[in-house]
Amino acid sequence: MPRNFALKVITTNRLVEGDAVYLTQAGKWSSEFADAEVFADLGSATSALEKANEQTLFHIGAYLADAEIDPSGRPRPIHYREQIRSRGPSNYFHGKQAEAANV
Amino acid sequence: MPIVVRDHGFKREELNESNFVDLEDARKSDKESLAVELPNCEDPQSVKPLFPKIEIIRIKFPNFGDGRGFSLAGKLRELGYAGRLRAAGYVISDQYAIARRSGFDEVEIDEALAARQPETQWISKSKWKAHFYQDRLVKVNPDSVG
Amino acid sequence: MYRYSEFDELFVRRRVEEFRDQVQRRLSGSLTEDEFKPLRLKNGLYLQLHAYMLRVAIPYGTLDARQMRQLAFIADNWDKGFGHFTTRQNVQFNWPKLADVPEILEALADVGMHAIQTSGNCIRNVTADHFAGAAADEISDPRPTAELLRQWSTDHPEFQYLPRKFKIAVSGSPRDRAVTKAHDIGLRMVRNQRGEPGYEVLIGGGLGRTPMIGATVREFLPENDLLAYVESILRVYNLHGRRDNKYKARLKILVHETGVDSLTHEIEDEFAERKKWFAGVDRELVANLKAAFEPPVFDLSRTRAFEDRKERDSDFRVWTDTNLSRHRCSAYAIATVSLKPIGGTPGDATANQMRVLADIAERLAHDEIRVSHEQNIIFPHIPKDKIPEAYDLLAAAGLHTSNFGLLSDIIACPGMDYCALATARSIPVAQDISRRFHDLGIERTIGEMKIKISGCINACGHHHVGHIGILGLERAGVENYQITLGGDATETAALGDRAGRGFSAEELLPALERLVAEYLRLRDSAGETFLEAYRRMGPEPFRAALYPEAKKLAA
Ligand code: SF4
Repeated sequence: MPRNFALKVITTNRLVEGDAVYLTQAGKWSSEFADAEVFADLGSATSALEKANEQTLFHIGAYLADAEIDPSGRPRPIHYREQIRSRGPSNYFHGKQAEAANV
Repeated sequence: MPIVVRDHGFKREELNESNFVDLEDARKSDKESLAVELPNCEDPQSVKPLFPKIEIIRIKFPNFGDGRGFSLAGKLRELGYAGRLRAAGYVISDQYAIARRSGFDEVEIDEALAARQPETQWISKSKWKAHFYQDRLVKVNPDSVG
Repeated sequence: MYRYSEFDELFVRRRVEEFRDQVQRRLSGSLTEDEFKPLRLKNGLYLQLHAYMLRVAIPYGTLDARQMRQLAFIADNWDKGFGHFTTRQNVQFNWPKLADVPEILEALADVGMHAIQTSGNCIRNVTADHFAGAAADEISDPRPTAELLRQWSTDHPEFQYLPRKFKIAVSGSPRDRAVTKAHDIGLRMVRNQRGEPGYEVLIGGGLGRTPMIGATVREFLPENDLLAYVESILRVYNLHGRRDNKYKARLKILVHETGVDSLTHEIEDEFAERKKWFAGVDRELVANLKAAFEPPVFDLSRTRAFEDRKERDSDFRVWTDTNLSRHRCSAYAIATVSLKPIGGTPGDATANQMRVLADIAERLAHDEIRVSHEQNIIFPHIPKDKIPEAYDLLAAAGLHTSNFGLLSDIIACPGMDYCALATARSIPVAQDISRRFHDLGIERTIGEMKIKISGCINACGHHHVGHIGILGLERAGVENYQITLGGDATETAALGDRAGRGFSAEELLPALERLVAEYLRLRDSAGETFLEAYRRMGPEPFRAALYPEAKKLAA
């Protein structure tokens, strides 16, 4: 494995709702990054991605996002784009951060 | 078998694929009635001398997002082409009305697209003459027609 | 103001039905995502980072109270109580669900509005001077032209699948408030020596990855030839614009690669042919358009209410000195309502604020509202006598920020907090700058200053034409901000010069402070603006302020 390979998760936006979702180990879509299945090699990530992209009526096209494991053992996004996407905008308390606060 | 879409719906293609020739072969041909296929980047002026001999022009749409064919159709009509004009290739039913309004008579699609976008979807776009702005705004000069 | 004819009304209703059908066909698989995407974009619907975003057209920036209230209704029902006004005189709603969009479009149609062609590779919402019909320096009102172009471009069969987006702006004043030189087509209303009305036509302007200032292709185009000429430009572009690379597909690249002269030839040849087909625009229709934009009947009576309030209320005086512009009628003013509260999100208004704006327009300001490309709201015709009352209503809704044209009147695109194309955030940058310079208390000392921020190279925040432009990029996984200096969006349009290496988010604010302090030190008088000082002295002293370490190295 190349040294700079980052762990991957599979993510997309749902077709009807438009929100960001992440593919879990159970093959379901979760709205939380931390629930995502983590792929440690590109081969398995790519073939899972191909399979996910067959669900064309559910989402708008999935892609791989870089992840790392947080101290509690769950994945979190590395890039700031994915951090914002998994949390919500920084100017208002809207989006996922607000939904998380509501449960 | 390709399918030809007109205002009344689908009909089977009656022309043989081998009837269509490119512009160069059309120039050389001594046939009285030609079926010519043009890429969407063709210079319409170069087709003009052949107009009297052409029965049908087919303009290729490599992708539905490439709109050059619409302008080419408009130009051919303005240059006086009065024969049949067909848009062929990747054209979706949502583009039927603008294809007709640009000067095309018909659209040719493949069976896979026809299965995904069945006849009813095309027929629902067949009232292409109704209600468009350009028709209202711009008065066509009567001297220019014919 | 133009009101929808029966024809317009029926057209938008049909369009809503067509879109409803397209959504259904996407959900059933009859349309693939690749096919659906351009169709939804042509109806203003994007997919962004967190959700869909609907961009609603405010043609040439004009709307009335009823329409503004409907925007508030949409903000409450389908957004989270906000609307975001953009640099293209549109309003964006951030949280709609796909299935709800036909209903939102229906709500828009109810008040004579739509989202048609606010995105996609087609002719976009036509923009115009936001002071149209009110400015003291106006030659002609650009809105009849803009409305004619709106109708003509709507669902134009030939130009729905262009190589790339296409933007048209119209200005009717010598003072160019519509940034006509940064549009694919810029139209400036002029008169020829015989006094006949027509247009100066500019093409190939645009910001984005390769910013260019438009070039004049016609000094004078008679009014009646407008549509034939614009169609000729579009046809040449549709047939010859590049389609192999999306970053090279705008008209400006075709102009650049073909050369202005030979492209002008092609356009003129096409026009000579095209013109034969045009018997001109329907005259009755044009007459109706002109009549629709007749100014209201101005009430010229005056009391001393305005002056009295100014004498006794210094906050009011500061607001009027800053946010009012000269109206063609002396009993009136043009009032700019800043959507740039200190530390706020540029261009955002809450549903409640929209309702307050609607009420003021309806009761006090001839029922007219404008949206400027500077992301502010304007009452184009407000009697001076009514201004104190309007001000109190604005103040109660937090809409009385006195910063029009000042440093904190920042243009910023949504950036990475919302936009899927962004490379960095822009809103927090704007918020920080606004707070910091407000705290320093030097905004009024600085005077006119235009800061413009974009979250990526697409330049929706017009950073190239900001006196100070800020472009958010990514460098090695972190946000990095590049500064340009000396840009200008007016009739003396200029693209800013890149100052040097970019700054991290933490370095940016101190760098801007150094820059502004240096300007204040170097200006030759309190009246010399930043842009004037920059033009007088060139970039060097400003670069030195931004990069003091370079100076140390050289020493
Ligand atoms: S400039 Fe870039 S980040 Fe900003 S709104 Fe435009 S596309 Fe999005």
